[in-house]
Amino acid sequence: MLVRTCLMFCIAFTIQVTAFAQTSEGMAEIKGGSYIPLYGRDSAVVKVNDFLMDRYPVTNKEYQAFVIKYPEWQKSKAKQLFVDATYLRNWKNDTELKDSEKPESPITYISWFAAKKYCECQGKRLPTVDEWEYVAMADEEIADARVKESYNQKILSWYEVPRTNTYEVGRNPENYWGIYDLHGLVWEWTSDFNSILITGESRKDVDKDANLFCGSAAIGATDLMNYAAFMRYAFRGSISARYSIKNLGFRCVKDVEIE
Amino acid sequence: MITKLNSLKVRSYWRQSVLALACITLASCANKDKSEKQDTAQIKVSQVMQAELTAPPHVPTPVGRRQAKKLIVDMEILEEEGEMTNGVSYVYWTFGGTVPGSFIRTRVGDEVEFHLKNHPDNKLPHNIDLHAVNGPGGGAESSFVAPGHEKVFSFKVLNPGLYVYHCATAPVGMHIANGMYGLILVEPEGGLPPVDKEYYIMQGDFYTKGAHGDRGLQPFDMQKAIDEKPDYVVFNGKVGALTGDDAITANVGETVRLFVGNGGPNLVSSFHVIGEIFDKVHVEGGELINDNVQTTLIPAGGASIVEFKVEVPGTFIMVDHSIFRAFNKGALGMLKVEGEEDKKIYSGELRDDIYLPEGGKIQSMPESGKVAEKDIPAKSLDEQLKFGKQTYMQTCFACHQSEGQGVPGAFPPLANSDYLNADVDRAIGVVLHGLTGEITVNGETYNSVMTRQSLSPEEVANVLTYAYHSWGNSKKVVTPEMVKKVNNK
Repeated sequence: MLVRTCLMFCIAFTIQVTAFAQTSEGMAEIKGGSYIPLYGRDSAVVKVNDFLMDRYPVTNKEYQAFVIKYPEWQKSKAKQLFVDATYLRNWKNDTELKDSEKPESPITYISWFAAKKYCECQGKRLPTVDEWEYVAMADEEIADARVKESYNQKILSWYEVPRTNTYEVGRNPENYWGIYDLHGLVWEWTSDFNSILITGESRKDVDKDANLFCGSAAIGATDLMNYAAFMRYAFRGSISARYSIKNLGFRCVKDVEIE
Repeated sequence: MITKLNSLKVRSYWRQSVLALACITLASCANKDKSEKQDTAQIKVSQVMQAELTAPPHVPTPVGRRQAKKLIVDMEILEEEGEMTNGVSYVYWTFGGTVPGSFIRTRVGDEVEFHLKNHPDNKLPHNIDLHAVNGPGGGAESSFVAPGHEKVFSFKVLNPGLYVYHCATAPVGMHIANGMYGLILVEPEGGLPPVDKEYYIMQGDFYTKGAHGDRGLQPFDMQKAIDEKPDYVVFNGKVGALTGDDAITANVGETVRLFVGNGGPNLVSSFHVIGEIFDKVHVEGGELINDNVQTTLIPAGGASIVEFKVEVPGTFIMVDHSIFRAFNKGALGMLKVEGEEDKKIYSGELRDDIYLPEGGKIQSMPESGKVAEKDIPAKSLDEQLKFGKQTYMQTCFACHQSEGQGVPGAFPPLANSDYLNADVDRAIGVVLHGLTGEITVNGETYNSVMTRQSLSPEEVANVLTYAYHSWGNSKKVVTPEMVKKVNNK
């Protein structure tokens, strides 16, 4: 009950703040709807509200501007509570990338705390897993392309290509919603990345994920062939908020006015 | 049993009576055996030791009589492209950079401190489930590690035997199918009896988007994996990992011990060495010993220790005796034995007589009739030679050998071959239709059967061009049109 009250308050607050906001430059409007996530059952339809999502993952250059404005997030100054030792490992110093890195590549080696802060400072937030997955099930043509063989194939093929984090953003075609690079560049942080647990042991040694991954990780899933998504859930389950990882970046979203 | 009694360190003059007593005890109440076993959890460890890890087919130094120790195992996970067979590559996920992963050798009572390192360049999280572990997930639960991280956990090895380890991260089957498995050996108190040669062999089945032999980087195919229809079944991660120069070796009179695992993910292996009988098999890698075994069954996620003495020289072929896997999907390895012949044990061929109950007949192989990637035309002579070599290695190599030298008395040479160079249409015809009966090549007479090959015109053109451009032949170029012309005659 308390949680709900707080939630209501937060939503009300958000509405106030964003009521005057335009559809920001660089964001695309996502029309909400219902969908069954990979881990769900027939009854577990998830509702996603309308929201705005960054068209591209946050780039090195954009993050550079951020740390110049907010020095407390620079490599040498960030609190150890919020980042681990690999934070911004590919940076030369507090404000410059190593020469080998490209400004237009996605920012990686970034902790969840840092990503969250970055979004907040833009008046945005990290997407939820459901929001991210909802947009990510689109291909170039349709909103839910999970039925297509080609959809899975494309996603899986990038898992087999090493060092895609060095590519520049916008390399992959925009999807149905006008969003780029959800697949094909880097993994992305979500606000509730660890709320769905694939545990260390993915074959049900514990009961906390009974609805999600039984047997060899698949019995409770709606789409057994969507194994690309299993890998994303597995990845999310393996990380902690302090971690900074070479293949892990992020993008931000923003609520739209609720009528 | 004897070994176990030895470990009781009875003085020799007591031994006989103790043995007799033990036999009586065992006979009278066999079910007491379990309770009489040593409580291996109580074995004390002294000193820290870095575990020696080896890439297949090698194994670390035997444990022997060393005391139980705290054993540090450092293992790195690497996702990397490798070669499945000539011209076909695959992204393997590996423990220690090889498929199967590095061999771990321990003794009962060791406390293994396991360091699992996920390379920062890797895309995915991984973990390790060691069947030698008594604990949740076999360690998987405490070793789930993101790229760029290292997890540490420890376990005490309680049960002697040969055990599989593998990755157990979702989707589990895919991690195993990509090569994430290996073997961990737990030696009993006092070690395994010494042998002359020890090797590490592990079978695995692989599922690719393209058919067997389709060129290029082949992605994993989940549907084929679910259907349990592998394109490759191999020993040690790739076709030919244990053949030719990479064959394992021994000398006549030596005893050989093979640590054989089956990583799966799907198939059960019927492991067999052609021309050898296993003197001793540790059934399923455990304590039960079976003697005089021809073929031993190794379940997916299981292992077996086989031991035998090699009596005569020659090449002994190791196969999964589900035999199409061996000759058509890659599950084939070689043990080359050198030394003195012993005609009493094996005579070799004594006579070759003619027997024709119904006349000579050309054997034929079925054609698939399907156009595959292998039919993509070569764009240049270089490509023709490259593709031709791949076909040669897959199709012709076994008989005509790597340098086209053939096998004396059995398969005619292609190197400097007057027969080959004299008539190109005839050569095309031989590949297309097969050949039976007597021919003379470089002055030697051969009388054997070459089956017709189910190759496309492209492949015939490429492989013949390769042969003509190799080993001192006439450098003739054969085109698919020439092949089709001969075929239509």
